[in-house]
Amino acid sequence: MSAFFQWLANLPSLAQIPVILVAFGVVVALILFFIELAPRAGRGYTIMRLVVAVAVPAIIVLILGVYNDAIWLVPLAAVLGAGLFLLDRRARGGKGSMLQLITFMAPAVLLLAIGLLYPMIQTIFSAFFSNDGSKFVGLANFIYVLAPTNQGLTAVLNQIIWVVITPILATAIGLAYAVFIDKSRGEKVLKVFVFMPVAISFVGASIIFKFFYDYQQGSQIGLLNQIVVWFGGQPVNWLQTSPLNIAMLIIVLIWTQTGFAMVLLSAAIKGIPEEQMEAAELDGAGAFQRFRNVTVPGIRPTIIVTWITIAIVSLKVYDIIAATTQGQNNTAVISYQMVRLTQILPPQDGTSSAEAVLLFILITPFLIYNANNIRKQRLGL
Amino acid sequence: MIATDIDPRSARRVEKATRRAETMAFNDSKKRLSSKGATIAAVVIAVLWTIPTFGLFVTSFRQPADINTSGWWTFFTHPDATFSNYINTLNFNDTETVGQSFVNSLVIVIPATLIPISLALLAAYAFAWIDFRGKNLLFVGVFSLQVVPIQVALVPLLSLFSNGLTIGGWAVFPGLNLNNADGSFARIWIAHTIFALPLAIFLLHNFIAALPNDIMEAAKIDGASHGQIFFRIVLPLARPAIASFAILQFLWVWNDLLVATIFSSGNNFPITKLLTDLAGTYGQQWYLLSAGTFLAIIAPLVVFFSLQRYFVRGLLAGATKG
Repeated sequence: MSAFFQWLANLPSLAQIPVILVAFGVVVALILFFIELAPRAGRGYTIMRLVVAVAVPAIIVLILGVYNDAIWLVPLAAVLGAGLFLLDRRARGGKGSMLQLITFMAPAVLLLAIGLLYPMIQTIFSAFFSNDGSKFVGLANFIYVLAPTNQGLTAVLNQIIWVVITPILATAIGLAYAVFIDKSRGEKVLKVFVFMPVAISFVGASIIFKFFYDYQQGSQIGLLNQIVVWFGGQPVNWLQTSPLNIAMLIIVLIWTQTGFAMVLLSAAIKGIPEEQMEAAELDGAGAFQRFRNVTVPGIRPTIIVTWITIAIVSLKVYDIIAATTQGQNNTAVISYQMVRLTQILPPQDGTSSAEAVLLFILITPFLIYNANNIRKQRLGL
Repeated sequence: MIATDIDPRSARRVEKATRRAETMAFNDSKKRLSSKGATIAAVVIAVLWTIPTFGLFVTSFRQPADINTSGWWTFFTHPDATFSNYINTLNFNDTETVGQSFVNSLVIVIPATLIPISLALLAAYAFAWIDFRGKNLLFVGVFSLQVVPIQVALVPLLSLFSNGLTIGGWAVFPGLNLNNADGSFARIWIAHTIFALPLAIFLLHNFIAALPNDIMEAAKIDGASHGQIFFRIVLPLARPAIASFAILQFLWVWNDLLVATIFSSGNNFPITKLLTDLAGTYGQQWYLLSAGTFLAIIAPLVVFFSLQRYFVRGLLAGATKG
């Protein structure tokens, strides 16, 4: 596989697309072919199953490219495959059904185990070991990343500010906008203006706002400072003045997330029965009272989901910091520090893992809440 | 008696008139509910939301000398448009040209969208329509991986790609050995595929599991195998779900910076990564950054405007991408 990828790397970049897609297509075709033939009865198919069960695991191990000292993995894989074949002969769904099932699941499950589950466990271990992984250091990595010299506490505090402010404002503005356009003409057109930033990358959004915030000596080219000047004020260096710069960066994230909140909440508002609104109106409720006592209770679950989703996004914000201040002037956040530690030499596996674990701990409450929410929805509670 | 007098044509006319009256009444109620204040507030927010983008968009068409000496709003009083910023930016060379980085983004995004969807469809079908022991446990496992922040997996995955895996002194997997293959996208394809799988399986499973049981039973009675059901029934019916997820994943990969920062190098940076570097090094070269930004956001915007319906559907279904 390594050799194939190395050969592929020498092709012109555009030519790599069809080659990798054809290669992948062949693999999928083989998978589907086997899925189709596996459960058939007859001697020929049984032999085919046996060959596939023994050969495929061995071939996969060979393709991954074993070292000489691990060549024993090839026969081991073949033996395991043969074991599977024997188990499959007694499978509940009939001969071949188990091999068929494994073929359906194996590609995705194996990739997840190797690429997500194993790295996650590895990261949690690394966080408690020295940077070269040689000795156990307890909590030293956490103490190191939280130390003032590494902007540690600043990063944690900033991250908390991001998580508290962004979801509140994005959800509030999104909700207000959803209510406004619900009552105005040209709803669809108005929706597009606020929704469009959702499709724009954080990098693009950051540069758009960097230009908006631009600071010059003399005449201004950034609109925000020009407005300040028009009103007779002094131009401000928005991105270098702490703590103002954090607010200015949070605005970028709010700008991208409000459209997301608006679309979710607008869909929910449309789901409120018309009669409730009319009844409230007949009872003499004003527009704001209707909003507070009918609309908000009616869409409360959606508000919470929106709020949590945006909170998780703001915990993971890396792009905006990387494309604007790069953590200078007290704007660092944990997710940025974590990536920064992976980019310096020698590798800082221990400390960057500690940052990742820190981030994971901060996210966990939201994830648990979210998982509970989804489980409740699925059970229809 | 009267009813029999009415000929079909006039009956139709009455019906039409009634319908017209109904629509008028409906429009009336919409008008009654709509308030001037709400419309004005909405328009104000819409303008505020668009001005920053619009400013940079106008800037990308101004002469480089003008950009740094006068604000973009003066363009309307002194129009002097040029398209050369885009040409110059496409050819601008940092570690690679901006044009090359645009191509790289394409090379990354197409396989990184198609591969995870194919693998996820296979697994999602098995989760939805094949019964086996431990199914629920495995599904909950996949579901929980969906919420794990990818930051937690980045460093070990990178080391797996470059150094391989050694268990207890036995070198089991030698790694992909691509450190000297600058043109390789393998690591970033694989990383995006892995990170997309949990959500893809979850969303596609939810859709596929909701397909009517009757169709599946009927197909089974007719002697269709799982392979045939998957191909002839599930794939065509799941097309809307596939489209929604494909758009979500396309935007996610195209707009991604984090995975690109960790897994790409030298001359295979995608445009987001190159643009971030340019913003750091050439912070005041606005002709470059403005045109570069619009080159970077043109693909997502085209997708957004042409396929908005599917995009919204995917967004509503998969609000929790990790």
